Amino acid sequence: MRHTPIQLSICLLLFLGNLEANETDFQFSANIRPIFRDHCYRCHGATQQKGGLRLDLGHTSEIWEGSSGPAWIAGNPEDSLLIQLLRGNHNSLPSMPYKKEALSELEIKTIEHWIDQGAIIPPSVEIDSQRHWAFSKPDRPEIPQVKNKQWTRNAIDFFILNELEKQGIQPSEEAAPSTLLRRLFLDLTGLPPGQKDLKSISAGFTEPNYQDWVNDLLASPHFGERWGRHWLDIARYADSNGYSIDGARTMWRYRDWVIQAVNDDMPFDQFTTEQIAGDLLPHATLDQIIATGFHRNTQINQEGGIDPEQFRMESIFDRMATTGAAFLGLTIGCAQCHDHKFDPVSQEEYYRMFAFFNNQDEPNIPAPTYKESMKLISWEQKYNPLKSKFDIYENSLPDKIWNWEKFFDEKDTEVAPAEIKAIIEKIPQERSKEESKQLLEHFKKHDVTYLALSKQVNKLQRQRPRITTAMVLKERTEMRETHLLIKGDFTRPDKTMSPGVPKTLHPMETESEANRLDLAKWITSPENPLTARVVMNRMWQQYFGNGIVETENDFGTQGSLPSNPALLDWLAVEFMESGWSMKKMHRLITQSTTYRQSSKFRQDLYDKDPRNLLLGRQNRVRLESEIVRDVALQASGLLEPSIGGPSVHPPQPKGVMGLGQVQRNWKANQDERRFRRGMYTFFWRATPHPALSVFDSPDAFSTCTRRIRSNTPLQALALLNDPAFHEMAEQFALLMLDQSAENDSERVTFGFKRCTSRLPDSDELEVMLEFISQQRKSTKSLDSIKQQKTVWLNVARVLLNLDETITRE
Amino acid sequence: MPLSPKARENELLKAATRRQFFSRCGLGVGSMALASLAKQDALRASISEDATDNPIAAKQPHFLPKAKNIIYLFMAGGPSQLELFDYKPTLQQYNGKVIPESYLEGKRFAFMNSSFKNRSTLLGTRRAFKQHGQSGMWVSELLPHTAGIVDECTFLRTCKTNLFNHAPAKLFMNTGSGQFGRPSMGAWTTYGLGSACEDLPGFVVLQSGPRGPRGGAVNWGSGFLPTVHQGVPLRGQGEPILNLTTPDGITDKAQKSVIDAVKSMNLKRLIETGDPEISTRISAYEMAYKMQSSAPDLIDLSNESQETMDMYGVESNGSNFGRNCLLARRLVEKGVRFIQLYHTNWDSHGGPGENLQGDFEKVCREIDQPCAALIKDLKRRGLLDDTLVIWGGEFGRTPMGENRSSTGRNHHIDAFTMWFAGGGTKPGNIVGETDELGFDAVLDPAHTHDIHATILHLMGMDHEKLTFRFQGRDFRLTDIHGDLIDKMYV
Repeated sequence: MRHTPIQLSICLLLFLGNLEANETDFQFSANIRPIFRDHCYRCHGATQQKGGLRLDLGHTSEIWEGSSGPAWIAGNPEDSLLIQLLRGNHNSLPSMPYKKEALSELEIKTIEHWIDQGAIIPPSVEIDSQRHWAFSKPDRPEIPQVKNKQWTRNAIDFFILNELEKQGIQPSEEAAPSTLLRRLFLDLTGLPPGQKDLKSISAGFTEPNYQDWVNDLLASPHFGERWGRHWLDIARYADSNGYSIDGARTMWRYRDWVIQAVNDDMPFDQFTTEQIAGDLLPHATLDQIIATGFHRNTQINQEGGIDPEQFRMESIFDRMATTGAAFLGLTIGCAQCHDHKFDPVSQEEYYRMFAFFNNQDEPNIPAPTYKESMKLISWEQKYNPLKSKFDIYENSLPDKIWNWEKFFDEKDTEVAPAEIKAIIEKIPQERSKEESKQLLEHFKKHDVTYLALSKQVNKLQRQRPRITTAMVLKERTEMRETHLLIKGDFTRPDKTMSPGVPKTLHPMETESEANRLDLAKWITSPENPLTARVVMNRMWQQYFGNGIVETENDFGTQGSLPSNPALLDWLAVEFMESGWSMKKMHRLITQSTTYRQSSKFRQDLYDKDPRNLLLGRQNRVRLESEIVRDVALQASGLLEPSIGGPSVHPPQPKGVMGLGQVQRNWKANQDERRFRRGMYTFFWRATPHPALSVFDSPDAFSTCTRRIRSNTPLQALALLNDPAFHEMAEQFALLMLDQSAENDSERVTFGFKRCTSRLPDSDELEVMLEFISQQRKSTKSLDSIKQQKTVWLNVARVLLNLDETITRE
Repeated sequence: MPLSPKARENELLKAATRRQFFSRCGLGVGSMALASLAKQDALRASISEDATDNPIAAKQPHFLPKAKNIIYLFMAGGPSQLELFDYKPTLQQYNGKVIPESYLEGKRFAFMNSSFKNRSTLLGTRRAFKQHGQSGMWVSELLPHTAGIVDECTFLRTCKTNLFNHAPAKLFMNTGSGQFGRPSMGAWTTYGLGSACEDLPGFVVLQSGPRGPRGGAVNWGSGFLPTVHQGVPLRGQGEPILNLTTPDGITDKAQKSVIDAVKSMNLKRLIETGDPEISTRISAYEMAYKMQSSAPDLIDLSNESQETMDMYGVESNGSNFGRNCLLARRLVEKGVRFIQLYHTNWDSHGGPGENLQGDFEKVCREIDQPCAALIKDLKRRGLLDDTLVIWGGEFGRTPMGENRSSTGRNHHIDAFTMWFAGGGTKPGNIVGETDELGFDAVLDPAHTHDIHATILHLMGMDHEKLTFRFQGRDFRLTDIHGDLIDKMYV
C-alpha cells in the first residue's frame, strides 16, 4: 500500500529520533521498502533485474549488488552507489530512477540515514512478493480514534470521521426527517414512503424509531425486489436470447429465486454456491437447480449458418468475465487471449478456470411454482385414476377381440372391411405383428367403451396445467477436454488444461479433480481476499453513489485504490464473521451517521474533497430506470405491488419492436399487469422497453456491476410524452382532484408530497399556484369539468417531471 | 405582488450567481443562455470546453479535421462487389470450374454444413462492366447513376473483415468487435467531438428496405459509453423520434408552460442542493422541447424543390432510401455529427427474395440514384468538403457460386469494395487490387480496423488517443489495431 507524504514524514520524524536497535525492524519495512517498491521494483524486482540488481529481497539474501558492485556500503552513505545514483552525481552511470523523476530529498535522506545506521535488514524481513493490497486477506482493522465521538453511531462512522478529521472536514448535519425516510424507503425497497409513513415522523426520528424503520423495510418483501434487481444487473438477466434473432426465453423463475433469496437473507456464501453449482449439491432441490440459471443468462445465437461451438465458447467466455467481475472484482477476461498485462492471471490459469465451465449441458427443465405444483397434483388426482382405468381396459382389448372374433358372423362383414376379414380368418398364431396391430386398431375404432374412455383421457390430458420451465446447468458425466486457445480463438486449441485457480490467490482444497462446487467453495472461502471486499464495496456503492474502491469491477493493480482501506477491510471481515449476512450489513450501513447525512452541496467541503470521496456529505443520485417508473406509479396510485411471476408488458410507444432484426408485436397488458413495477417489464435484449434503456438499464449483453447515470433530452421526452407516463399523470390528476381539499394550495401540496415526500416551501408553492392560474386562463374555453381535468393533468405532469421526483437525495 | 415566471427565473438565476456555484458546475445554467446567443461552432466550442451540462457539446478534435460530419450509407446484408465494382474477366472465363484448393486452405465460411465446399464452382458475373470518368473506375450496368459520380469518390476494393455471419459482422463493421456491448463508430464520434447541432441528437440513424438490419439497435449502440452517445433512430414518417409528440389533448402552449414550470422548480432545487446534475437536466428539457419542433421540421420536405425531390427519387424510388438520403443532407445542414443510413437487403445467396437477378437489380435500383444525388447535392451546396460519405456493407460475396433456388454468392470477408466521397478523401481515386478471381487482396489490403482508423483521422481524431476506460482497460474503436490508409485521402 502506498504511503501518503504525511505518513512518511511522521515515520521519518520517529526515525530520526535516535531509535533503539529492536525498532529497526520497523524501519526497513515501513520506510525503505515502500520507496524501493514505488520507484525501483519495476526494473529491479521479481520480473526483471536491470544491471543484475534486485531490490525486493529479504534478510537471508546477500546479493544486494549488481554488475556495478554492491548497492550500498553500510555506514557510508556518501560512497554508496545507490545514493550516488539517486543524487545523480555518479560520473559514469545514469541517475536513478532511470529517465524518471528523481526521488524527493526526504526519501533520499531516509535511505541515507538507514545506510548510515548500518543498512540493517532485520531477520523478520522476507522477500517482498510485492503483493497488491487486494490479494492479501483482510484483517480486522482496529477502530480508529476520533475527536467528535458524539457524532458516531457505529464502527463505520469512526472510520469515516477519522479521515474527515484528518483533513479538517466537518461532516454534514443529518438530512431532514422526510428526506431521510424517503432515502431509506427508496434505497431499501425502491418505493417512496406513503403519507402515513411520513406523518409518523413529522416530529423527527427518535433513535429506536429510526431502527424500527430500518428493520421494517428490511423485512418488506419489496426489499428483495430492490436488491435482487441490483444482483440481476450483475447476472445479466433478460427475457430474450440476444444476438440478432433475440427469441423469447423463460427465465423468470431464476429472477424470482433471486428475490426470494435476498428476502430470506440467504447467506452470501450459500447464495454464491447455489448459483455457481446448485446442481452439484447433495440432494439438490429444485430451487438450488433453478439458481444455476445465473450462468444461463448468457446469450444464445439462433442465426442460421453459425458454428454452434463458437457460440458455446462465447458463452463460457462470458461466464468467466461475469464470475471475475461479480465475485473477484477482477478483469480476468483480459487473459482470454494473452497473459493478463497487469494482474497475476496467466493465460494458462484463465483456461484452468475455464475448464470448470466447459463441462455442462444446458437444459431447460420443468420448474413448477408452488401454485403450479398444487394444480398439477389436483389434476393428477383426477387424471391418474382415469388413466389407469383406461390402461387396464386397453390391456384387456386382446381378450375382448378374441371374444368378438368368436362371435364374428355374417352381419359384421358389412361393417368390417375385407382386409380385416382376411386377418380374422387366419388363426392368431399365423397373423403378423402388423396384422395384429391392424386388427387392434380396427377394434378400437368400434368399441364404444374404449372410445368413451379415450375421449375422457384426451380431454383431461389437454387440461394438464402448464408448467413453467427454467434454464439451468447440468454437469456432464463425460468430461469435455479443455484446451488453451491460442489468442482466444476456438479454432486454435493448444495444450489441454485441467481445472484450477490462479496461483496468486489462495489454493483450492479438493480431493479429486475439482468441479464447479469446488470453485464455489473456493470463491466463498474465508481465505479469499477478494469476494467479501468486492461485495461490500458494491453495497457501499449503492448507498453512496460511489464505491470505496471506485473501480468496482477492478480490484487488480490497475484499479483505483480504496478511498478508505481500513473501512473496506472492516466491512469485509465483519461481513464474513457475521455469517455472510447481507441484511446485517445493510442494517449497519443504513444506521450509521455517515449514511444519514444531508446530501446538500457545501463549498468548504468541495474545496477540500471535490469528488466527495471521504463522504463529508451524502450523494444525491438519480433513481434507476425501474424506480423512476415505480415512483410515478406509486404517486399516481396505480402501482400493482405483487411480487414475481412471468414478465409483463406495460404500454410502450409504437415502433420500438420494429427496431430489431425480427419484427415482433408488443401487446400491452390491459389488466393490473400494466401497472407492475419496472423490474417485471419483459426485457427484450435487442429492443428493450425505451423507458428502461433511456434511463440506463443495462443492456444485459454482459455483466453490469455499476449502472451509468446519464442525463439526456430523451429522458425528458420519455417523462413528458411516453404513453405509460402520461397514463400515470392522468390518474395522478384525478387523485389530486379527488382529495377533499379547501383550495388549490392544499391540492397541489398533496400532489407535491406524493412525488417528493416533503412539503413545498412557500416559493415552490407560489410557482405551482401561478402555474395553475396560468393554466386556468389558457383553458377558459373548456367546460368546467374538462378544464379542471386539463389543468390538473398538467400539474401532475410538472410534478412527475421534477428532478427531485426521480432523485434520491 | 407575485413575480411572473420569467422574472422569478431571473431572480433565481441572480441568487444562484450570488451563491457562486456556477464556477463549479462549469457554466451550468449560464451556458444555456450563452449557447443560445452563440450560433457559431467556434464560440460554442470555446464555451463548452469545461461545460459539464451538455455532454454532447462540440469539443476540440485532436488535430485539424478534414471532415466535420459523416453520412454512412450502410448496405446491410453484404453487397456483391463482383456484380458492382470489382471487375474480373478471368473469373468469367473460369465460370463453372471448381476453385483451386489453394484458395480455400484455412478459410472458413458461413453455412459450412450445407456441403457448399464440395460444390464450390466459380461464378463469373453476367453483368456488363464499363470504365467511367477520368479515373476509369469499372462500374457495372447496375449502377448507372453511381457510374456518373466516380470522379468524386475513392473506391477501396480490398476491404477485409473478420466475421462472416451477418449480425457479428455488422457489429464488427460498426464497433470494431463482434461482441455485443462495444460502442459504435457514431457513438465514438460524438464522444470524441460532440455535436454542433443544438436541437437534434448528435448521432441519427435512418432505415429503409424490407426489414431491419440484423442485430438491430446494437449496431448504433453506445456500449459502455454514456447513453447520450447512442444513435437515435429517426423515422422518415409519422413520429420521427420515440415519444417526440406531445400527448393528445396537450397543446404546444401547455407543453411549453409545463417545461417552464419544471425549470423554475428545478432551479429552486438547484439552489437548495447545489447539484450540477440539475442544471444538466434543465438543459436536457430545453433540448427536448426544441427537438419536438425541429425533428418534425426536419422530416417535412415541403420546402424542398421538385427538382431536388426528383433528383433523389423521393417519390419514385419505391423504398424510403431516397427520402433518407435527402434527410441526411438536411441533417448535415443542421450540424448533426454522424448520420447512418441502413438499407436492406443485399444478402444474395440465391434463395427466394435474394437472388442475383431481379432481387439484386431491385436493391441496386433503390440505392443507385439517391446515392449519386446525395453526392451531387452536397457538392453543389458546398457541403461535400466537410462531409465524409461512406458506402459499404458488413462484408462482400464469394467468387464461388452458391446454389439455392438459383445461383447466388456466399458471404466473403477477404476482399470487398467500399466507396467514400468528400470529407478530405481523394476524388477519382481507386485504392487496392484483388487477385484475378477477386478472392483476396494483392495490393493495399485494408482491414476494417484500418478503415476505422482512417475515418477517425479524417474527423481530426487519433484512433489511438480516442479511448474509454472500462473493465480495467482503455478501449478503442480500433482495439489494438489500425493503420491509416493514406492513399485514401489528400
